[in-house]
Amino acid sequence: MDKRKPKGADLLQGTLDMLILRTLLYGPAHGHQIGKHIQRTTNDFLQMQHGSLYPALHRLEKRGWVSSRWETAPDRNREFKYYRLTDKGKKQLVVEESEWKRMAEAVARVMWPTAEES
Amino acid sequence: MRWWQIRKRNADVDRELQSDLELEEEEERERGASSQEAHYAALRAFGNPALIREQTSAVWSWSAVENVLRDLRISARTLFRSPGFSLIAILVMALCIGATTSLFTVVRSVLLRPLPFRDPDRLVMLYEHYRDPALNTPDYNYNVVSPADFYDWRSQTHGFEDMAAWRYWQFNLTGEHGELPELVEARGGSWNLFPLLGVNAAIGRTFVESEDRPDGSSVMLTWSLFERRFGGDSSIIGRQIHLDGKLYTVVGVLPKWFTYPDAGVQVWVPYATALPPEILSHHDYHFSRVVARLRPDVTLASALSQVEAVQYHLHMQYLNAPVAEDVASKTLIQDLAKDVKKPLIILLCAVACMLLIGCLNVANILVARSAARQKEIGIRSALGARRMTLIREHLAESLLISLTGGVTGVMLSLAATEWLVSKWTDLPSAQSIHVDGTVLVFGCALVFATALLAGLLPAISSTGKSAVRALQASSRTMAGSQSRTALRKTLLTVEIAATVVLLIAAGLLLKSFWRLRTADVGCLTDNVLTMSYSLPGDKYDKPEKRNAFNETLVERVRALSGVRAVALGSTVPGAGYGGDDVFTIPELPALAPGTTLPDALNRTADPGYFSALQIPLLSGRFFTSHDRTGQPKTVIISHQLAKQYFGVENPLGKHLHPPARADADYEVVGVVGDTLFQVGRQSMATMYFPVFAPDKGDNMSLTLAVRTAGDPLAISVPVQKLIAELDPELPVSDVFTMQQIIENSLGSASLSASLVLGFAVLSLILASVGLYGVLSYLMTQRTGEIGVRMAMGARREQVVALMLSNGLRPALYGLVLGLFVSVGTVRLIQSMLYGTQPLDPATFAAVAATLLAVAAVACLVPAWRASRIDPMQALRNE
Repeated sequence: MDKRKPKGADLLQGTLDMLILRTLLYGPAHGHQIGKHIQRTTNDFLQMQHGSLYPALHRLEKRGWVSSRWETAPDRNREFKYYRLTDKGKKQLVVEESEWKRMAEAVARVMWPTAEES
Repeated sequence: MRWWQIRKRNADVDRELQSDLELEEEEERERGASSQEAHYAALRAFGNPALIREQTSAVWSWSAVENVLRDLRISARTLFRSPGFSLIAILVMALCIGATTSLFTVVRSVLLRPLPFRDPDRLVMLYEHYRDPALNTPDYNYNVVSPADFYDWRSQTHGFEDMAAWRYWQFNLTGEHGELPELVEARGGSWNLFPLLGVNAAIGRTFVESEDRPDGSSVMLTWSLFERRFGGDSSIIGRQIHLDGKLYTVVGVLPKWFTYPDAGVQVWVPYATALPPEILSHHDYHFSRVVARLRPDVTLASALSQVEAVQYHLHMQYLNAPVAEDVASKTLIQDLAKDVKKPLIILLCAVACMLLIGCLNVANILVARSAARQKEIGIRSALGARRMTLIREHLAESLLISLTGGVTGVMLSLAATEWLVSKWTDLPSAQSIHVDGTVLVFGCALVFATALLAGLLPAISSTGKSAVRALQASSRTMAGSQSRTALRKTLLTVEIAATVVLLIAAGLLLKSFWRLRTADVGCLTDNVLTMSYSLPGDKYDKPEKRNAFNETLVERVRALSGVRAVALGSTVPGAGYGGDDVFTIPELPALAPGTTLPDALNRTADPGYFSALQIPLLSGRFFTSHDRTGQPKTVIISHQLAKQYFGVENPLGKHLHPPARADADYEVVGVVGDTLFQVGRQSMATMYFPVFAPDKGDNMSLTLAVRTAGDPLAISVPVQKLIAELDPELPVSDVFTMQQIIENSLGSASLSASLVLGFAVLSLILASVGLYGVLSYLMTQRTGEIGVRMAMGARREQVVALMLSNGLRPALYGLVLGLFVSVGTVRLIQSMLYGTQPLDPATFAAVAATLLAVAAVACLVPAWRASRIDPMQALRNE
């Protein structure tokens, strides 16, 4: 299984967790909504793979960063499994965000060196 | 979420995916797609729901448990599909694991489990030790200690917290109200023995220092006597019992678990009690065992060196007496396991060998089975099954076999252990041998080890790259998988080698046992009944009284119908060491001080002793009724003594001077043939003194041997009645025929020989089944090839020869390997062999022949079947 994963899988996986947590900051959502939201917001740049979305959601739930409950959707008369951010998840989001920022800055510095260093 | 909520969790994931998938579908429909299109579009967007579900479930750690359960379920189904194989494999495992567990139980109880005493690790036994290498036989290496040596060691050294001594003794226990007299096994233990061991009395108290004197009259009962004879009534404390006609006050009862030094002990008296006072000051009366507790801040070496210094000083002081120069020590647990350690370890090795063979056998069958599933495994790994998953599945199968076999085996071992303990009479602490938690843990470990051993090899060999290659191989391949066959042959070679090692060990032990059984004791052993009694010193205080009783008894027994002859002496040949004394020969030049004195077994005998037991007279005469107290002192010596100390000179008329017996010269009046004091041991120089001239230091216990015309046991009741008529208070003990005495002394030799033989035969069967299996497998694989050969004109004999050579080659390699290994391993059992060389050519040849014969038979069946193949049929089956 591992062999068939692309090389950047680890980075992507961490990023996906962050994106999910950020999405849930708007309020509780079910898996489909989360996937659609990420896809829409990035103008379809990030195609949501359900194969990674659901394992990620369950991983986050296992770590206690999100909680889940079956609830009836307001627009459809059916129950969906809604995920919501926990306090622990909010803290985690802050951590991941700052880490991502540092990472992006570091990458940017290598890729586009600015004059201020010279 | 726990693992037992797996189903709930799975249902939850299913529901979640389903609802989201439906939503996707609904949205597609809302966009205007037809319901069919919407369904496919949703699925496309979603991906493989089964895979997503699996991956999502895998997030929760219980998926591992789930996988194992699934693997076990699949393997159970696989095993049920071929019940014959499963049953055999499980049975093999059950036997192997059961036998190993049983032996481990015994080994653990006897050799490994700490003794139930306070700080048992610091308890050691101290013995006298002679430096003379000629005396370094097992009897002298660890020589029992004399009382005076013990007292000096205890008072003059400081490396041990304390030292205690104990000695063997026997009492006639008689009742006040005409209860049956009985001879009770007793030990005399110094007053500090129980505090030193950390043992308290269950009822009452242990001995105090003031009781430990020759005229003491305190006694402690062991739990078994307390229950059996006194009904477990604790009011016995403070009451008096009759031992050898003297009154002893019961001060305490020992706890039930206390069976030191063995479970046969009935009463304990203080060390000095009932001993002649002068013996306590002797340095050359060796009869005590010394237990010492090491001080925590002192090393054993330094504590021992102090005792050695004292002992060497004593040796120099008594140069002409048998006082050893040195001291040797053993841990208490080693001391208790003395004679059984070696056979136990050998049996454990044998059973481990059998376990290995069993595992290899199951591995072999599993390799064959996985070969049949090669295509399936190839397809699965091509579809992306991970290698670990496949290996795990294989292991689940062998684990299931081992587990079922293990459970059956442990249950078998419960019964087997009991049987073993009841058969193996000289095991120490036999009462405490039972299966407990540790043994169960060992059994579990064994199950997993065997599962791994039996499953890993086939699992690794059948998965991996070779599995995919199986798909490439077309059905036209004739020889099948060469590497697989090679692996099976290697397994088989190892299996056969191990079998050969076991067979040779068993053969040697059996031959040695047969030698023991047929050993010439040096006297008559058929139709002889023996029994022992001990005349108490109080009632029979004068030699005349003893002689009167003994002579009357011999006369009356001789008059019984069916009695051919009667012998009376201290003991009979084959019944044990008895005792020995040093002596000097006045006619020979005096020995230089410091040389070890001549030493010989001492026996007493009546005039009829030698002729009744048919010990031949070589020169001189037997005793007559004139050799008795008050007459000139006489002695009869054995041939070995004459040869050893008189050489070519005629010993008759010369004298022996045994100082421990009497300060007098004994005239040698006869020379008789040699006898064995114990079967399996070297015969020793022996001197016989007249039983009617008792001296100090004579063994109180006498053995009456009755030679009969018919069944010797039939005479036992009439003789015992005669004794009861002469003295109703005199108990008789050890009523055995000579055959039984010899049989008893062989006890564990016969048991270990037959057990090892049993293991070896079982291994042989396993190996031949393995051989048969491999060859049958080979034959199925090569059916096409054989068909071609026969179509081309090969004759049936040639096919048989081809197949035979295929099967016999691993057998031959295994045999050679096994023989080589045996050359090394027989050294392990060398010391257990009697009259048999470890490299006994006959045994080696017999084993090789047996193995080849069995291998040939195992190979012949498949080879013959191969030759019956119809070429057309075989080729059409391609």
